[in-house]
Amino acid sequence: MTDAKRRILLKGSLAAGAVGFAIGAGLLTPGMVLAAWPEAAFNAQSVDAALTGLLGTAAHEASDKIDLKAPDIAENGAVVPVTVESTLEGVSSISLVASGNMMPLLASFELGAGAVPFVSTRVKMGKTANLVALVKAGDKIYSASKEVKVTVGGC
Amino acid sequence: MASQMKIKAKIKGDTTEVKALMTHPMENGMSKDKESGEVIPAHFIQNVVAKVGDRTVLTALWSGGVSKNPYLAFKFTGAAKGDKVDITWTDNKGATETETAAIE
Repeated sequence: MTDAKRRILLKGSLAAGAVGFAIGAGLLTPGMVLAAWPEAAFNAQSVDAALTGLLGTAAHEASDKIDLKAPDIAENGAVVPVTVESTLEGVSSISLVASGNMMPLLASFELGAGAVPFVSTRVKMGKTANLVALVKAGDKIYSASKEVKVTVGGC
Repeated sequence: MASQMKIKAKIKGDTTEVKALMTHPMENGMSKDKESGEVIPAHFIQNVVAKVGDRTVLTALWSGGVSKNPYLAFKFTGAAKGDKVDITWTDNKGATETETAAIE
């Protein structure tokens, strides 16, 4: 057996062992290992369908309590830095959508206990379009939007 | 295997800011190989979980629309210098990587 294979085998058995232990200890229940990845929402080809799949509704209300930072012009659509911050109370999730992408839903962040409503990441944009941040606070969804001009698409 | 993820966690007042850089191709399944012309299969991180001790502070659900070698920053309260932050990602092929950093 080659070294590389042994490593893979070792890694696999260690990982399986850790998960097995976690299940045994009641830390995890099978099927609850990961938060469900909302496949329909991510594969949706329109903003409304993506939001309905993710949040249960496509309705949202613009809010000035959301600060969406993104460049006015992105020369490289493959790497568009984006930061979302909010002063809304009771924020439970922040989601990002690029309206011009074939599959508009980029990412969704679920905030846990003690999390501050702030996330920063880098996303891909296929063409010049609106970048929309959706913030769920209580049972309402608020949004902020910014047009990003994309010089070279990155999808 | 040593993790290729880099994490920095810094506390200022009572808020900790974490910055993480992961290594992943983040293929969305729509681009083509320039030489063969074949579609490159989707291969991207779907799930990122950040924990402080037993407390999950952030769960990220991602598409292939997040840039290659993803960057992620987030903030939380209720931790102290020296506490450990764990970040684990899982991709659509079931691969996973975890890294830990102490809050500075």
